[in-house]
Amino acid sequence: MSDYKDIVIVAEVKNGSLSAAAHELLSCGRGLADDLQEELCAIIAGKDITGLAQDVIAAGADKVYVMESPLLEHYQTDAYVKALSQAIEEIKPNILLISQTAEGRGLAPALAFKMGTAVTTDCVELAIDPDSRKLLQTRPVYGSNAMAVFTTDCHPQIAAVRPKVYSPLEADDSRQGEVINIEAGLQECDIRTKIIEQVPQAREGVRLEDAETVVAGGRGIGSAEDFKQLEELAALLNGAVGATRPPCDNGWVADSAQIGLTGKIIAPEIYLAVALSGSSQHISGCSGAKNIIAINKDAEANIFNFARFGIIGDWKKIIPPFNARIKELLD
Amino acid sequence: MNIIVCVKQVVDPEAPPSSFKINAESNKAVLPADIPPVLDPYSEYALEAALKLKDACGGSVTAISLGENLLREVIKKPLSMGADELILLEDEAFTDGDSFSTAYALSMAIKKIGSYDLILCGRQSADWDAGQVGSGIASMLDIPAITLARKIEISDNAVKVERLTDEGYEVIETPLPAVISVSNEIGEPRYPTVRGIMAAKRKEPTVWNPVDIGVEPSCVGAAGSRSRLVKLFQPVHDGKCEFIEADSPEEAAVSLADRLKQEKLI
Repeated sequence: MSDYKDIVIVAEVKNGSLSAAAHELLSCGRGLADDLQEELCAIIAGKDITGLAQDVIAAGADKVYVMESPLLEHYQTDAYVKALSQAIEEIKPNILLISQTAEGRGLAPALAFKMGTAVTTDCVELAIDPDSRKLLQTRPVYGSNAMAVFTTDCHPQIAAVRPKVYSPLEADDSRQGEVINIEAGLQECDIRTKIIEQVPQAREGVRLEDAETVVAGGRGIGSAEDFKQLEELAALLNGAVGATRPPCDNGWVADSAQIGLTGKIIAPEIYLAVALSGSSQHISGCSGAKNIIAINKDAEANIFNFARFGIIGDWKKIIPPFNARIKELLD
Repeated sequence: MNIIVCVKQVVDPEAPPSSFKINAESNKAVLPADIPPVLDPYSEYALEAALKLKDACGGSVTAISLGENLLREVIKKPLSMGADELILLEDEAFTDGDSFSTAYALSMAIKKIGSYDLILCGRQSADWDAGQVGSGIASMLDIPAITLARKIEISDNAVKVERLTDEGYEVIETPLPAVISVSNEIGEPRYPTVRGIMAAKRKEPTVWNPVDIGVEPSCVGAAGSRSRLVKLFQPVHDGKCEFIEADSPEEAAVSLADRLKQEKLI
């Protein structure tokens, strides 16, 4: 057990810079490292990424392992599992953290199984048990109807952390750290899959994950046509439109607008929840919002348990005058 | 094309949140007496993907499930939807496992089945939501894994998958055999047909225990787990919602907008 020490995070690189999720993970890892009085290390993997090492240190790391390889340019499970498992078996960290992004959802379990250890996915809270010094890994289960706390006797203790839970640290460019280059040890034949094409989702306006204001509709909106009123409101507030699963499944809005356990996880300043009841699965994606404002005709709707402001009533009679008043107030 | 689909029986995820209860002593969810368990909706998407491939290329679909107290009317749904065979890992030794021990048992059962081209799983299950078993089976069988699939196409001896990414999706090709975890974007699962329901009634599942699949009971279920559940609890939400009330919806709408302005939220 004493062989294993320090916290290692896998820092995702997106479009040539450190991802938002990586900044959050560094913040989460920093807290744990300070509690344990151990070092916070990060691994960055990819092509032409060496220049990012200082950013990783500024964002909270004591040590950065840089793994440069053209074979790591795009995430592929085979490549990342092989390269990272070799590095981690060498480093022997006490705790390994991964982001619960689309990539992390594939990487975290594959890496854990490869190393014969456990991982807790989708963690919303990580803490050190004061007695055992073990990592307490808390995550929602049963469609977010319950929370579960897990530990493991295996090493490294691996957790995948949900985005938007931890706030990134303020970048400190004066921070000093160590940069270590490591070999990816990969050959082309290690990668059995092949990426043919990457297709970004077309969108207008602000990215849903980045929007300060999100206007979301549920089954009660009724049609693609009716969703336009929410789009109008979102545009007024320089925000984005989101939805629960039924409007996506019915094709009223794009699949990429889905917020919830199987969609996007967001944490905007303002979340306007219109004609959606607030199933646990949906709440799971928006509970990080600072201010939830709910409009629903059912006074018992679960969304009101999470809302700061609410109106009980038919959204069709409320949204048009609400949009008009917002327009007046903003002018 | 021989396809294996991993399916699960779960507490009905569509049941109202108020019906969800936990037994604090056993650290387990309590099955609501009046709401029967269901086939996991995520499993149904995986089954739908498998049946679409069977419609297109022929072959067979075998559903496999690990669980306890498996109600036949629930767990036989894959057969009524169109699966050809159903295998159950149903034994005391398999219970209370984690993702690791569950993936191990399923991968050993799949080895016993022997002939397979594709293994499909749901992206996660509606009870523990961990989303690990597909990746685990791939790792243990040493075959490629593709997660979050929204479309699957077969050509020659390879499979082309549209995989969801944070930015949109990507098209990935993998040789067979492979494990693919299926997301809900694949399309609504089909309803069982009357013929399917009749066929399912006549068909009995194959039940295997640890000895049947060549594993030590100490390597599966709770005994084979790598992670330990310390605590299961229900978070409390104190509904402190400020309701805007007015004589008409129009007035309520205006008051809400004014209130948001007052709070500097807009």
